[in-house]
Amino acid sequence: MRHTLSIIVADQPGELSRIVGLFSARGFNIETISVGETLDSSWSRVTIVTSGDDKAIQQIVKQCERLARVREVQDVTTRPHIEREMALITVSACAGTARQEVLSLVSVFRAKVVDISHTQLIVEASGSKEKVDTFIELLRPVGITDITRTGHIAINRLSAGVNEPVLEDEAELVSQI
Amino acid sequence: MIVENLALPTNANQDASDALLQPRGAEILIEALCFEGVDTIFGYPGGAVLHIYDELWRARDRVTHYLVRHEQGAVHMAEGYAKATGKVGCVLVTSGPGATNAVTGIANAYMDSTPIVVITGQVPKHLIGTDAFQEVDTVGITRPCVKHNYLVRDVRDLAAVVREAFHLARTGRPGPVVIDIPKDVTAERTSYSRLDHVSFPFVTRKKKPPQSVVVEAVQKILQSRRPVLYVGGGIATSGADHSLRRFAETFQLPTAPTLMGLGGFESGHQLSLGMLGMHGTFAANNAVAESDLLIAIGVRFDDRVTGKLATFAPHASIIHVDIDPANIGKNVAPTLSIAGDAQEVLKQFLNYSEQLSPNVLEQSVKDREPWWEKIREWQRLQPLRFSGSQQQIKPQAVIRELHNLTKGEAIITTDVGQHQMWVAQFYPFMRTRQLITSGGLGTMGFGLPAAVGAQLACRDRLVVAVVGDGGFQMTNQELATAVQYNLPVKIIIMNNGYLGMVRQWQEMFYDRTYSEVDMSFAPDFVKLAEAYGAKGLRATKPEELHDVLAEAIDYPGVAVIDVVVAKEENVFPIVPAGANANAMIVQED
Repeated sequence: MRHTLSIIVADQPGELSRIVGLFSARGFNIETISVGETLDSSWSRVTIVTSGDDKAIQQIVKQCERLARVREVQDVTTRPHIEREMALITVSACAGTARQEVLSLVSVFRAKVVDISHTQLIVEASGSKEKVDTFIELLRPVGITDITRTGHIAINRLSAGVNEPVLEDEAELVSQI
Repeated sequence: MIVENLALPTNANQDASDALLQPRGAEILIEALCFEGVDTIFGYPGGAVLHIYDELWRARDRVTHYLVRHEQGAVHMAEGYAKATGKVGCVLVTSGPGATNAVTGIANAYMDSTPIVVITGQVPKHLIGTDAFQEVDTVGITRPCVKHNYLVRDVRDLAAVVREAFHLARTGRPGPVVIDIPKDVTAERTSYSRLDHVSFPFVTRKKKPPQSVVVEAVQKILQSRRPVLYVGGGIATSGADHSLRRFAETFQLPTAPTLMGLGGFESGHQLSLGMLGMHGTFAANNAVAESDLLIAIGVRFDDRVTGKLATFAPHASIIHVDIDPANIGKNVAPTLSIAGDAQEVLKQFLNYSEQLSPNVLEQSVKDREPWWEKIREWQRLQPLRFSGSQQQIKPQAVIRELHNLTKGEAIITTDVGQHQMWVAQFYPFMRTRQLITSGGLGTMGFGLPAAVGAQLACRDRLVVAVVGDGGFQMTNQELATAVQYNLPVKIIIMNNGYLGMVRQWQEMFYDRTYSEVDMSFAPDFVKLAEAYGAKGLRATKPEELHDVLAEAIDYPGVAVIDVVVAKEENVFPIVPAGANANAMIVQED
């Protein structure tokens, strides 16, 4: 099963390679990884998507917790959370039906056109992995020439109450398609 | 600042002369080491550590430096020193090859949880990353085999880094820490205040297990009909040997130590089953295989203990106590787990057991009588033994004789292989820190330098390195260190002219294809010892063994004893790799 781990680590040189090295040395796999500052800029949040059974995930968490500069490791997947990923996609589409097709997909997926030439567009999409995957799949027949994806970031949901309706525009969107 | 300087030129001059009075990085390093209680450093100088060695010379009244002959030897000596005392061993080497030569020792310390701090020189900051002379990425190379490492880029961080490094090395599950210091940092000056004010933000969490878990564990033990107590290196590290003994005696638990646990529970105690695992006793391995409860304390379920994991202790619930939470559930899923210090947890077990009514305890002990009968039967059926010989010296007989002559009180160090297993089997260890061996990494060449380090820490004890002819030749240059500093270690070479353990596996599992294990081309070890200024002795016949060993032990200096032993002796019992107790092969009579 896929798990998203959120690792809070001191923002110091070499700390990221300590985490990445631990994954490779112990045979854990990294599907995506993204790193950024937290509220306190002396700490970074490393978000890693990995896969494995519960035993493997527990072991990954414990091994990461052994690192001297790791303050906290959380398996975000175990609690309600929001995950996002961003992609920049270069699509070959000259003026005409191809470009119209791209633009309508952009609109349905609430993506953005961020660059355009006579023959190509660059579009920016963000959302869950599934949404971005679907968007890419639908663009593929038009002609994708390049893709850059950020990897996941995740954050725990606010708990305002159990019955609180949550805004999940992506869920609605994917079911629409 | 400039404005201030213009306004107050006199003060500016004062500042400049103050700055010259400020200590250099090298001096701060030495002060910081002294503050940590370091009075002994094992090291080898080189370009990147010249400033440090210069300062070390000035501080020679406070810190004694031992000049080794190879950096691997320095680290093993620090390990021997640390294992013999529980103190943090300290190593100083230069950049590049100095650091890479130290890596085997660092990895060894990591696997065996030995507290050491290794200071490596580095090229000056402005040369880092330029493939400079004697530059390697030490922090990168050592990262997978240290508890933590540092590249000190700012002299103002140095004191705090040393403070934290020693803290990390000695607390929790101990281990090696590397401090990589660029040469220019050791030359820079900074103001420097007393170190005890240095604080660091990373507090180690020490949690006591909740009483409910303690109660559950003790209840499980009381209900168990076939328990086995499986104990490891954590007993020595946490100083839990006395509590362990009381605990085992209270519940009358059959106790099986690992290789690293030998001495943590007195060998020869009526509750001791002897070592378990690949070359463990018949009784210990069968007891584990049939147990209904395994109480594992300060152990990590290493493959040399468990064999095939899927069928290891198939009927047993498992209580796992270890200070490293990552060890729990890594190889074996325990029924009950306690992440904590062995000594603390055992004390809690004992406190709770004192509240039990004597009847409950008595009944539980009584219920286990059939289990003990079964164990006694295994012990009677297949004791550790070997067939004697009149013609050749049996390696096991060497260990027996050594035990007799040293009255069981020597500190023994070993390399890895057959001789190590014979030491484990035939030298009954009575206390912790008495056996110093390379367990996890299995490093040939560990024994001799480790003995030198242990001898330094324990001047009034007899320290004997038992090594093979292969391993001896990996670090025998440290004989020079031992002789130079008059550290009168005794080195017993169990010389069978083979890489014995590899040969044994080739004999048993590779149709006797002895591929590249013949080591019979070797120097004359007696002459080699003499060349180094040590005493060289040799025993080739069984009748010489006693006198030669006795002469070596009585000799006041370093002695090397070349014991020519039976060439193709095997270690028994043996559980083939990846198998279980039912596949155990025992000594033929």
